[in-house]
Amino acid sequence: MTIRFNLNSIPTECDCPSDRRVIDLLREDLGLTGSKEGCGTGECGACTILVDGVPKLACLMLAAQLEGTQVETVEALQQTDQGRALMTAFAEEGAVQCGYCIPGMEMASLALLRQEEPLNREQIKEGLSGNLCRCTGYVKIVDAVERAVQECCKI
Amino acid sequence: MNASALKIGTSHPRGDAVAKAAGTERYAADLYPQGCLWAGAVRSHQACGRIISIDTTAAAALPGVVKVLTAADVVASNRQGIIHKDMPVLCDDLVRYCGDPLALVLAETKEALQRGMSAVQLQLEPLPGLFDLDSALAADAPLIHEDKPGNLLAQASICKGTGLDGFDACSVVVEGSFSTPVQAHAFLETESGVARLEEDGGLLMEVSTQSPFRDRFEISHALGIPWGKIRIVAPSLGGGFGGKDGATVQCLLGLAAQHADGRWVRMQWDREESFKAGYKRHACRMEYKLGAAADGTLQALHAKLWYDTGAYAHLGAEVMELGMEHAGGPYRIPHTLIEGWCVYTNNPTAGAMRAFGVCQATFGFESMMDLLAAKLGMDPLELRLKNALVRGDENCAGMRLTTSTGIKTCLEQLQQHPFWQDREVWKAASPAYKKRGIGLASVFNAAGYGGGVRDAATAKIELTPEGTFLIHNAVTDMGQGNSSAFLQIAGHILSQDASRVLLKQPDTRTAYPSGSSSAGRTTYTFGKALITATEELKARLLNWAGMILFLQDNDGLELQPGRVLHQPSQKEVSLVALAGYMQPEERVCLGQYVAPTCKEVPPTAKGFFIGFPHVIFGYGAHLVRLEVDSLTGQLTVCDYLAVTDGGRVLNPGMFDQQVQGGVAQGLGYALMEDFTVRDGVVKTPDFATYLIPGSLDIPEIISIAAQGEPEETGPFGMKGIGEVAMNGPLPAVANAVADACGVRLCHGPLTPQRVLAGVKG
Ligand code: FES
Ligand code: FES
Repeated sequence: MTIRFNLNSIPTECDCPSDRRVIDLLREDLGLTGSKEGCGTGECGACTILVDGVPKLACLMLAAQLEGTQVETVEALQQTDQGRALMTAFAEEGAVQCGYCIPGMEMASLALLRQEEPLNREQIKEGLSGNLCRCTGYVKIVDAVERAVQECCKI
Repeated sequence: MNASALKIGTSHPRGDAVAKAAGTERYAADLYPQGCLWAGAVRSHQACGRIISIDTTAAAALPGVVKVLTAADVVASNRQGIIHKDMPVLCDDLVRYCGDPLALVLAETKEALQRGMSAVQLQLEPLPGLFDLDSALAADAPLIHEDKPGNLLAQASICKGTGLDGFDACSVVVEGSFSTPVQAHAFLETESGVARLEEDGGLLMEVSTQSPFRDRFEISHALGIPWGKIRIVAPSLGGGFGGKDGATVQCLLGLAAQHADGRWVRMQWDREESFKAGYKRHACRMEYKLGAAADGTLQALHAKLWYDTGAYAHLGAEVMELGMEHAGGPYRIPHTLIEGWCVYTNNPTAGAMRAFGVCQATFGFESMMDLLAAKLGMDPLELRLKNALVRGDENCAGMRLTTSTGIKTCLEQLQQHPFWQDREVWKAASPAYKKRGIGLASVFNAAGYGGGVRDAATAKIELTPEGTFLIHNAVTDMGQGNSSAFLQIAGHILSQDASRVLLKQPDTRTAYPSGSSSAGRTTYTFGKALITATEELKARLLNWAGMILFLQDNDGLELQPGRVLHQPSQKEVSLVALAGYMQPEERVCLGQYVAPTCKEVPPTAKGFFIGFPHVIFGYGAHLVRLEVDSLTGQLTVCDYLAVTDGGRVLNPGMFDQQVQGGVAQGLGYALMEDFTVRDGVVKTPDFATYLIPGSLDIPEIISIAAQGEPEETGPFGMKGIGEVAMNGPLPAVANAVADACGVRLCHGPLTPQRVLAGVKG
């Protein structure tokens, strides 16, 4: 079937089976390999994207569910102040090790930032509790999000 | 200008951080070559059995299925393995664990692959399996490998001083039995890669691997492709931790490529396959006896360690040996007997994992130290300080320490920390229905391959025509950040900023054999080689600049970002210009390094194959503060402190990353990670059943670098600390639980059920 949606602000049309997993659509059909697959069963958060602003797991979504939506992936972070603030904070705070969880972490963090509320470390940890990282122990990831929250709440 | 140059000792952001944060870093799993075939292994559902038949006809006839291969299609040895080559690429006679591969399907699409894999008809005659140490070691046990009597992959001992006679002079003796579970690496990027046969018959593979150079030998041995014709490219890994050291998808992918008529083939294990077929941390059973004089001076140790290595060798023997070498902790003990058995079973294969055999033994030993302290009525930190190794001492394996030995400094710094100083106040403030405890662990971990193995690297750096520098990395970056350390080393020597130093990840065609990314050796060994290469390149650049500027010597000449400047005259030559003057071969420098080995191997070890002894160790002192819920047994880790001796710290931010990451993995091991296999069947095949720590499970982890001595042999005085932090959490948490409620837990992980059972007695 033909599916129309906005992908990172670009009107996109895809011809694919309605039950194609969104993670495959993004990575294999559209070449956006920034979103990662860590489990394929909704448990790791590596595939987190925003659909109409809400964090969703691309490994659990089917293509047909994207019809008419606004989809944002890690590739869109550079388009916005909040996205850039996040990327800079992740890179400079040492939040990135192997990096495989990072796109998902950042998308979950972006949803947190958009609430435009000050968040303490505990709240950030709760907001990221669906995203597994095997490398960092989360400390510096929380540092990065804390910094991005501070920067973005100032604006 | 110099202000922006990379400097050793500074927390520069990692060179790969921006690309990874932008989602543009390309991992092996991100490769989908145009028109590639998809390959997948059909695996055994039985843990032990004889192959009666593998019928591929129906599968091969399905639309979209291109080939179905079995062992009969493998032309060479069909055996892989790093040292002991006992693992079939495709099983030819027996299956030895639930997940052993039997057939390999190649298909046009992922969907066709799934259909093809389900259509392969397997007929296996079940054989009785051996699923625990006792049944595998029983006198009448069937042999898992015909050539391994007693189902022993290895059996070894270390005997030092008078061995067990040392107990005669002890005033106090404590004993304990411990066990640790299987742990999964659980890297987020599962095993994956792409490969194709090139026109000259060579094999090109881009793969998620910690050992690109060594993989060529494994593939060559198994599949018969000359190793010189195998080219491996290893991009950044989405985690490794030891689980990608040695062939995972490599031989299967190579075999697929041999039958793909020059087309690309892609293979990626899904999470379940990764958990079932990937390597694991060895489960371990331990018996300990420790004796001391009345004043707490350690006298004698008897340790017995049994490692369950599963169906195939991988690095099981070496894992056991390293565990044995560390079985007495970072302490002086004059008399030791340490015995080890590495046992084949029909469980999934255990292999290398961060803190390789050591974190098991550390649980046993550091628990014993607290038991001993309690029996002596001594402060557990005092006991550790009293016995801590210093340079010049002999360690528990009889090896005299001649390199930096910072455990005492680590313990002293921990002693000064408020967490230790204020411990009684903190414990007394415990909330209702909770009990607070503080636990310690001293840890150490060898760096480098150890005796009998050449631990060498060859680094290559070039000045590009654009006037930038390109490092040809040869040791995989699985996330630990060695490639960023290399950028920093070269940038520091050449006084260049981050934008002018670039790095190419390993490619066996353009880099040189430098060993695997493992054993805490990655930055150390390649870093030393890189210093040599970079110094030579710097000398060439200064020489050329001096010629161009008509200078009689190098006085006043210095490298600066993008140029060489003659300070007195302020004349300069740009690096682009220099690159233009220099011949291509002149712009490339190589450097080599062989890590130090022990010249006088103590005669203490018997039955060791390779890897004994080690000469360089990283050390650490860990402290955990936790609360035990007396009603539920739930443990809440409140704070964690790790003081680590890694010699001189090249990049404090990256140093903390390694420590925090190691502690987090260690806390998972301590609190929840329990890879469960029943009758050979994995019961925890996903993240819903195999729990690893999430953001809410990990406390703030405070990492402090020990103010000790630099490691003189290391690059700028560093030594590897990628593994040492993993060792602390399990014993520290167990000691804290004992401190909180007087219950000694001896079996990991320390789940609420076990804590509660202990509390209830
Ligand atoms: S890949 Fe989607 S949650 Fe893990
Ligand atoms: S950085 Fe490796 S999984 Fe998070």
